[in-house]
Formats: sequence, structure tokens, C-alpha cells
Amino acid sequence: MESIVILVLLTLLAAVLVAVVRTRSLFAAVVLLSAFSFLMASVMLVLDAVDVAMTEAAVGAGISAVLFLSALHLTKTTEAPPRRSALLPLAVAGITGAALLFGVSDLPPFGIAETPMHRAGPDYIARVPAETGIPNVVTAVLGSYRGFDTLGETVVVFAGALAVLALLKRRGG
Amino acid sequence: MTDLLARLGNIAGHYNLYIAILLMVAGLYVVIARGNMVKKLIGLSLFQSSVYLLYLTPGKILGGTAPVVDPRFAIYSNPLPHVLILTAIVVGIATLAVGLALVVRINEAYGSIEEDEIFARDEATVKREDRAASRPPRRAGKGAR
Repeated sequence: MESIVILVLLTLLAAVLVAVVRTRSLFAAVVLLSAFSFLMASVMLVLDAVDVAMTEAAVGAGISAVLFLSALHLTKTTEAPPRRSALLPLAVAGITGAALLFGVSDLPPFGIAETPMHRAGPDYIARVPAETGIPNVVTAVLGSYRGFDTLGETVVVFAGALAVLALLKRRGG
Repeated sequence: MTDLLARLGNIAGHYNLYIAILLMVAGLYVVIARGNMVKKLIGLSLFQSSVYLLYLTPGKILGGTAPVVDPRFAIYSNPLPHVLILTAIVVGIATLAVGLALVVRINEAYGSIEEDEIFARDEATVKREDRAASRPPRRAGKGAR
């Protein structure tokens, strides 16, 4: 059942992706990208990543759409017709895709528990409630075990905000 | 027949990863092929989404539940990819904001967000400066005559 839901959502995702890539109107592309992010959040929800799904719905579909729309308001909303041939980019993308497909064929199938990465997860799930008292393992790992990493993330966001302010400051005003 | 079924099962078992590859390739194509800078940033977002999917897919266990500990459940999906991707999403929005600010600033300076037009204007500026730089010696030569 879960597999079928993911299958349908991912197929919808691919359809929206094609529309995003093909459209020449930047406004349409941004709105479609927002829809794409909501579908992505649904996929994440089915993949049991509830915290990530919430963040993706708020940040990916909300804040990034607002940022894109404000940038479009300050610039232009249509894309110029292409001047160069798309053959070289298509070839690069095709070769990359073929290499990735070749690499993926050896990976373990979806949804099984007998993979090497599932040795570390249950360890955290066993330790977290006793050591931190927080039932949500993702929050506990983010706040307690990887606190410095989260601090670094905050520093990156702060640096990003400073860069945006420095770039958009009105000169001589 | 069983061989065919096994092959079909293998394709279904890797469907998430195939879609992740499609997203990655589409993002790469948009970043390379499109000259419009906002479109390039949209391509970058698609590429990032593909990485989210690539990380979250192997963490899922079919029949498992979200990693919030409760005595009624025994099987949980792996929480560690979720932690990594939460960080990645937040850092991604910070880089996107800086990229869009650069686009707005470029549009202020050049009046365009198309790569071709910006390169053409740069080349014209360089040629004009070259001409201005090569003029004084010629004038000096005329004066000597």
C-alpha cells in the first residue's frame, strides 16, 4: 500500500517536473515549483520523514516561492527564447543519467531493513528516550547529539542574510 | 517468466531512485541549457530536491513508522537521513536567497537577467575600453609628424 502511494506521488512529481522544465514563463515556473515542493513534502511524509516534510512544506513551498516571486517583481517574468542549441546540455545530462542508472542498479531494493545503514538508526532510537527524555528522535539528534552542527547551520543562515543585505543595500541613499 | 517478474520487481524496487535520477538530470539540464538566471536557480532547486529524495529513500522501512518513540510501535524508519536533510533544506534556502539577491543586483547593473545579453554587454564594454586605450599613442604619433 505504502509503495503504491509513493509510486503515484512520484509519478505526479515527474509530471510537474516536466512542466517546470518546459515552460518559458518564469512566473508559471515558480508556481509549479511550489506545487512540486508540496508533492515532495507528501512523498517525504510517506517516507516517514515527518519533520522534513513539515520543513519542506514551509520552506520549500512557502519561503522559497516568496523569495522567487519578490525577485521576479524586481526583475522580469519571461524568459528569452533560446539562442544556442540544446544538444550539448542534453548530451551531458544524458551521460550523467546513464552513469547514475548504472550505479543505482546495484543498490538494495526499496523498504527493506537488512541494509548497512539500518544498524545506526535503531541504536539512536533505543538511546534517545532514556538519555534525553524526548520522544521525537529527529529533534533529539538535531538538538542534543548534533548541536554544533545545528549551530553551524544557524551561522550559514546568518551569513546568507548578511550577504543579501550587503548586496541589496541602497548605495548613496 | 519468473526472470521477467524478478526484473519487473527490481525496477519497482528502484522506482524512487529512478525518479531521483530524473530530478537530478533535469536540474542539471536546466542549469546548463537555460541562459535565464532565475531559471538556473529553479534548476538548482530541482537538483537539491533530488538529493533529498536520494537520502530519504533508503531510510524508509516498509511497515515501519515515523521515528517518534511510542510503546505501541516496534519498527521505526531510520532517523539519521532526516536530520541531515533538515539541515540541507535550511542551508539550501539560505544559498537560494543569496543567489536571488545576486540576480536582482545584476539586473540593476545590466538591465537584464539573460546570460547572453550580459556577456554581449561585457564584450562591448571591453572593446570600447580597448579603443579608448589605443587612441592616445595614435594622437601622439600625429603630433610628432
